[in-house]
Amino acid sequence: MEIFREAYNYFLQNQSFFWDAAGDHLILSFSALGISLLVAFPIGLWIAKKMKISQVVINVFNAMRVVPSLAILFLALPYLGLGFVPSLIALTVLAFPPVLISTYTGIRGVNPSIIESASGMGMTKAQVLTQIEIPLAIPAIISGIRIASVEVISSATLASFIGGGGLGDFITRGFALYDVPVMLVGAIPVALFALLSEIFWSSILKRYPAQ
Amino acid sequence: MRYLINNLDLVGELFLEHLQLTLIVLFFALIIGVPLGVALARLKWLQGPVMGVLGIIYTIPSLSFFVLLIPIFGLGTTPAIVALTAYAQLLLVRNWLVGLTSINPAVLEAARGMGMSGWQRFWQVEFPLALPMLLVGVRLVVLSSIGIGTIAAFINAGGLGVLLFEGVITANYNKIFSGALAVTVLSLTANYGIRTFEQRAERAIHGAQVNH
Repeated sequence: MEIFREAYNYFLQNQSFFWDAAGDHLILSFSALGISLLVAFPIGLWIAKKMKISQVVINVFNAMRVVPSLAILFLALPYLGLGFVPSLIALTVLAFPPVLISTYTGIRGVNPSIIESASGMGMTKAQVLTQIEIPLAIPAIISGIRIASVEVISSATLASFIGGGGLGDFITRGFALYDVPVMLVGAIPVALFALLSEIFWSSILKRYPAQ
Repeated sequence: MRYLINNLDLVGELFLEHLQLTLIVLFFALIIGVPLGVALARLKWLQGPVMGVLGIIYTIPSLSFFVLLIPIFGLGTTPAIVALTAYAQLLLVRNWLVGLTSINPAVLEAARGMGMSGWQRFWQVEFPLALPMLLVGVRLVVLSSIGIGTIAAFINAGGLGVLLFEGVITANYNKIFSGALAVTVLSLTANYGIRTFEQRAERAIHGAQVNH
């Protein structure tokens, strides 16, 4: 327990640094998630309609998921250098597969007879997509975003190693000094962020009846 | 590529270290997860709370988890094995439980009617029928342990993550490439290797059904 008291004291003495790092961590995570949504969601919609391309794309992204997140993050260094932008790009890449694959499976999972009756009622393709397919695919898409969020918040800690800032800075600093309380000042809030994100998305998912 | 060729000994050693860590984690994960899954399949009221706890553990970011374990286990492979085994439980138990609970009750009833004891029913009926889902769990455990195992190099657990971290600290890009390449090869091989076992287990069940 002594160790937690020391961590709390360190937090009190370094509040401005802490809030900057926490802010950076959240900005990094939200931007990566936002950008990957903006890019992966339309691609997911598009490939859901293309049988041939979709198999290739899904296989590529499934294989990409197998590459460890640390490798993806650290590979940003040789190509993109140190700092915030390389970290952001690497995290966006990490968030990509869950969003894309869940959008694809959500759209493909819509019962074809519903689509048929919608077009039988005279709906255009665009109307079927926006009024039938996307609303029905939302639970699947949200579970993809949920996975991507935890992944990004968690991996943003590793961004500290390539100069991306965030709460990982406390962990690297504490490790360099071998000062466990300093490491905890980074580790505990990150764990809380991840749990809060999980609670948030699962509460949203609960609003949708199971299909 | 030159780094990889010149340092094949080192990379090979770290590769084996990584594989060893993964196999140790898989061993402990199975020892805990298999009985836990069987217990949850029998005691339905335990499913919600236990899966909830496993889900919360799985959500904790790996670097945070390692740091939280330092005061208890110090540095090295022990905290890494503990954290990875804890993560593995969700992946293993969730799939194994699906396998166990999706067995047709009529099959179990028939086994009971044939006079099979509880153990016989488990080993000769339930286990083979749920095996494909257990192997799905095993594959996910192996993949996550390989992936998160790279981060464990930060707390001196060794493995291929050593190349990644040293490469970043010394700005030796070839070291980063070699580490990333080796760990990706390990993941992809494990993924496809275990997949073939899944398919074989699946075929064993369907083959048996055709014969009867």
